[in-house]
Amino acid sequence: MPPPNPSSPRRPDDPAPDASPERVKRLLGQEAFEKTFAGWLDRIQKTVAPAGGSGATGPWALVGVKRRGAILARRLWKELSIGSPQLLYGEVDISLYRDDYHLHASKPQVLGTEISFGVDGVSILLVDDVLFTGRTVRAAMELILDFGRPRVIQLACFVDRGHRELPIAANIVGKEIVTEREDEVRVRLAELGEVDGVEVILGGSR
Amino acid sequence: MEWTRKDLLGIEDLSREEIDYILDTAEGFREVSARSVKKVPALRGKVIVNLFFEASTRTRISFELAGARLSADVIQFAGSSSSTQKGESLNDTARNIEAMGIDIVVVRHPSSGAPYQLSKALAASVVNAGDGSHEHPTQALLDIYTMRRALGRIEGLKVAIVGDVSHSRVARSNIWGLQKLGAEVYAVGPPTLVPRGLAKLGVKVSHHLDEILPEIDVFNMLRLQTERQDQGLFPTIREYSRLFGLNRQRMRRAKPSAIVLHPGPINRGVELTPDVADGPQSLILNQVTNGLAVRMAVLYLVGSRGGSGGPW
Repeated sequence: MPPPNPSSPRRPDDPAPDASPERVKRLLGQEAFEKTFAGWLDRIQKTVAPAGGSGATGPWALVGVKRRGAILARRLWKELSIGSPQLLYGEVDISLYRDDYHLHASKPQVLGTEISFGVDGVSILLVDDVLFTGRTVRAAMELILDFGRPRVIQLACFVDRGHRELPIAANIVGKEIVTEREDEVRVRLAELGEVDGVEVILGGSR
Repeated sequence: MEWTRKDLLGIEDLSREEIDYILDTAEGFREVSARSVKKVPALRGKVIVNLFFEASTRTRISFELAGARLSADVIQFAGSSSSTQKGESLNDTARNIEAMGIDIVVVRHPSSGAPYQLSKALAASVVNAGDGSHEHPTQALLDIYTMRRALGRIEGLKVAIVGDVSHSRVARSNIWGLQKLGAEVYAVGPPTLVPRGLAKLGVKVSHHLDEILPEIDVFNMLRLQTERQDQGLFPTIREYSRLFGLNRQRMRRAKPSAIVLHPGPINRGVELTPDVADGPQSLILNQVTNGLAVRMAVLYLVGSRGGSGGPW
């Protein structure tokens, strides 16, 4: 089951084009990104995959959080499905599960959730690009639970930037970085016409 | 694009981008109805009132279900069985309802412009579910959405709107929307039921369905209000059906890829013969399913607007 193509519309979470260049700090260049990804993949393979992937514990699935988390999940799936061809794949759009509708005038476009397998009894590895307040993960878990009762949900995040507002932790982190609350962290991806990398916009783009 | 409107009153004042945005949002809602738990928390804690001053079954139920699937509380108000019969004005009724803390008012009213009037009087969002012979925007959106899903595009499609175009809010909203999206619109019916002025809007007017039949990509068949016969606008239903109804013979001459739509309820044997209504080219039940996704999208867009806040 090959993953579908990346969805392309621009979302408001993309950085404002006018963020002045001196405020943009590149934390991981293309090469460092590649290394970090390889290490992340390796740990996923060693820890999560055997726990959820052996025949005794039933099927497991990668579920990416749209948009950037889903792109990373697709990359992981490509590598992991070589060893476990039964690996399931899904993508979630958490925009209908946000807890802040009443706070914002703008909202991201609804992209739709694609989970075509029954989640009952499945071990799910949730994949996102940046772990920040934990609210996205909370929303994604609530969404997945609306589809049924997975055996376990684990979390893999490429970057953990701290400042949690909910009691949520990732099982596997690609890289931990130190940021201020107001900073914005962007994982740049080739699939979106960017150069792979991680950037911090100091003080945010607003 | 970002949705900024408080209300959805009609298609006429929407931009092409806004129409596309609603249809794209509807696409994201489709899968919700296929889940085992057919509910998302997007409008949790919001209250929607269905304010219907005209009989309606499918539109009312569709809005009710759309609201329920977004986790909103939906209240029903039937204008015929209540305070309006005691002479209360529309604005007074609405203000009273709003004082109870309503977020969205879905209104159907026999008078054109009633939703507009309400939208000025209320802080709550207003969604037009059909006003007089003016507009029925969610019906047009679900029609266009059904065409786009079936044929992959709207630009360049030849769409025939067949029947009582003069009195039809469905026709009016369809014409606005389809033209904005670049379709070629044909209004087809007897001269008494198709306004001549439509040609000025770029609509092609035809009184002979058979002449244009082979070129048409979409047949949107309007419901014939049989009381129009009493007004002398057409001689007999049988004649209307013979000239403007879709039957097996006509479908044989139509494009094999052509699709048939009808806003319902169908007068079987009048606008469509049963074999066409239930045939492979009929997408009438898809329209009903798509209507749910479109109405969820509309309620979500108008209902989840809020103040300003920081980054999430």
